[in-house]
Amino acid sequence: MGRTLAEKVWDDHVVVKGEDGSPDLVYIDLHLVHEVTSPQAFDGLRQADRPLRRVDLTIATEDHNTPTIAIDRPIEDPTSAKQISTLRDNAAEFGVRIHSLGDKEQGIVHIVGPQLGLTMPGITVVCGDSHTSTHGAFGAMAFGIGTSEVEHVMATQTLPLKPFRTMAVTVEGTLRPGVTAKDIILAVIAQIGTGGGAGYVFEYRGSAIRALSIEGRMTICNMSIEAGARAGMVAPDQTTFDYIQGRDHAPTGADWDAAVEYWSTLPTDDDAVFDAEIFIDADALEPFVTWGTNPGQGSPLSESVPDPASFSDPQDRAAAEKALAYMDLAPGTPLKDIRVDTVFIGSCTNSRMEDLRAAAEIIKGKRKAEGLRVLVVPGSARVRLEAEAEGLDQVFLDFGAEWRFAGCSMCLGMNPDQLAPGERCASTSNRNFEGRQGKGGRTHLVSPLVAAATAIRGTLSSPWDLEMDARTEQEAMA
Amino acid sequence: MDAISTLTGPIIPLRSSNTDTDQIIPAVFLKRVTKTGYDDALFHHWRQDPAFVLNQEPYRHGGILVTGPDFGTGSSREHAVWALRDFGITAVLSPRFGEIFRGNSGKQGLLTGVIPEEAVERLWAAADASPGMQTTVDLVARTVTIGDETIDFQIDDYTRWRLLEGLDDIALTLREEERITAFEATRPSWMPRTLPVQTGTR
Ligand code: SF4
Repeated sequence: MGRTLAEKVWDDHVVVKGEDGSPDLVYIDLHLVHEVTSPQAFDGLRQADRPLRRVDLTIATEDHNTPTIAIDRPIEDPTSAKQISTLRDNAAEFGVRIHSLGDKEQGIVHIVGPQLGLTMPGITVVCGDSHTSTHGAFGAMAFGIGTSEVEHVMATQTLPLKPFRTMAVTVEGTLRPGVTAKDIILAVIAQIGTGGGAGYVFEYRGSAIRALSIEGRMTICNMSIEAGARAGMVAPDQTTFDYIQGRDHAPTGADWDAAVEYWSTLPTDDDAVFDAEIFIDADALEPFVTWGTNPGQGSPLSESVPDPASFSDPQDRAAAEKALAYMDLAPGTPLKDIRVDTVFIGSCTNSRMEDLRAAAEIIKGKRKAEGLRVLVVPGSARVRLEAEAEGLDQVFLDFGAEWRFAGCSMCLGMNPDQLAPGERCASTSNRNFEGRQGKGGRTHLVSPLVAAATAIRGTLSSPWDLEMDARTEQEAMA
Repeated sequence: MDAISTLTGPIIPLRSSNTDTDQIIPAVFLKRVTKTGYDDALFHHWRQDPAFVLNQEPYRHGGILVTGPDFGTGSSREHAVWALRDFGITAVLSPRFGEIFRGNSGKQGLLTGVIPEEAVERLWAAADASPGMQTTVDLVARTVTIGDETIDFQIDDYTRWRLLEGLDDIALTLREEERITAFEATRPSWMPRTLPVQTGTR
């Protein structure tokens, strides 16, 4: 019988096959490290007097705590400063490559790996961060791990892992203009729920996925964890190879040829069988937003806040009631009537060049809505520089937005970029949990296009609404 | 890690589903560089409400947490496990867990057992009927017993064995050192290397 992409990558990394229900010992090709989940792991190595086995497969950067303004000044919060200095000390002591604040390659860990050409098809990638699933967009097996496992990988370059099940997430058709990768994944999570992917590795397939750029595929794989999946993958193709070729750490010469030959064997065999499959009709998708406090609580923007009484499952009903109370929303309110205080464009889901270009195109020559705060935070220092070279920074500044330095920023508010209690935000990030962007803050997850349109109109909006506005204006003039 | 076979304590009824790790421990508490001292951070936002279950006697000193489905979803932060442990929670029973959270628990000696939703309701009812009544979780038999009621829970054989033996994962893996080295010799040369640093190509 044929094998799926995920099974092929897994099989080629088994060091010791588990017997009698014990896990397989799996080799890890790339270990990404950041300041929040690593200090206790480095400590563990020190206490046991163990070396870090493969520094040449390890790379660290600073992202979760870093400030996004005045980065040349010392970090004000002493605990954040301590965590970052601890990472620097640990990297120096163990010989780990690190990209610190101010360095051109510093940025959100999941932006840095791909842009350096380190993320490749057919490899295993881990990081002490659940959004490691991002790297699956290349056809890598990539997943988030806890700090104990971070230490385990540092010490052994392997992990004992239990077998997984496979789910095909097939997206067929063509996205309408104004609908993006973000809307696909929000629709997937709304369909199967935050636990629907538990135990599975997803493979995103179908014509709509093939048509996406690597950056769009990263947006989708990034949020696999929001459906509870262990990982999400897309089979590598010419789009993937073109993205990698020529990057700093991409293979060259004979290595490149050997790599492409191997990568071309990875797509799922025609006769392979998935353990589960779901279908999404891309033609029917609309811009999507969340109204609740988990990423599965979302609806097309054209709909209204649902009535909790309409949920048949009692747990879902209770969750919806709790969410609407927290979000201060009444059932039946059209989603487009919801007014926001802040728009955040950033995070490892949507802070790459494609995202910034798409948002800039919408807002170009316009002014943000009165009283709104708009924060644009590029995913890495390199993205920031590239955007500035294209003049995007000026577009955002002219619009009235703040143009910041790279980092996780308001995605989780560990640095000073936070929502105030009760503040409402349209955010291109991945989690709308209670208090995620600041204690008492209310988050609506959206695509960069919806974020941009919302920033213009002040209420949750998509580019479709801007077109309508323009038409109405024209008719009034005629 | 200490070996565990049975645990006793009161059942703590946490009436919530989809309890993500941002709720278990908010991000502001992740800035520390230690592995202990997180008891005050546990459910920090929810504990602002005096009526929250962990603010009530007899639940203020830990026990066995029984809760709705999808406990521990979201962020990979192992701090969630450390905070539960520091507060005195020794086991969590739920119909479904976030996978990374469940893995982290197994590494840190926090027992996680899967029970059906209907059993959650029964355990909550039992806890309400006599709050603070001692309950026993038996890892050998994979059961939880309250009064004369016994409910089976699920935990995979491997995690159970490691918890029963109190085994350290890294030491176990290092027994396979030779096979890891042999595997490394077969890795193709196109695979990524972070060192030496290459820059300026593109
Ligand atoms: S941007 Fe947000 S989701 Fe991504 S790594 Fe940073 S904190 Fe995590």
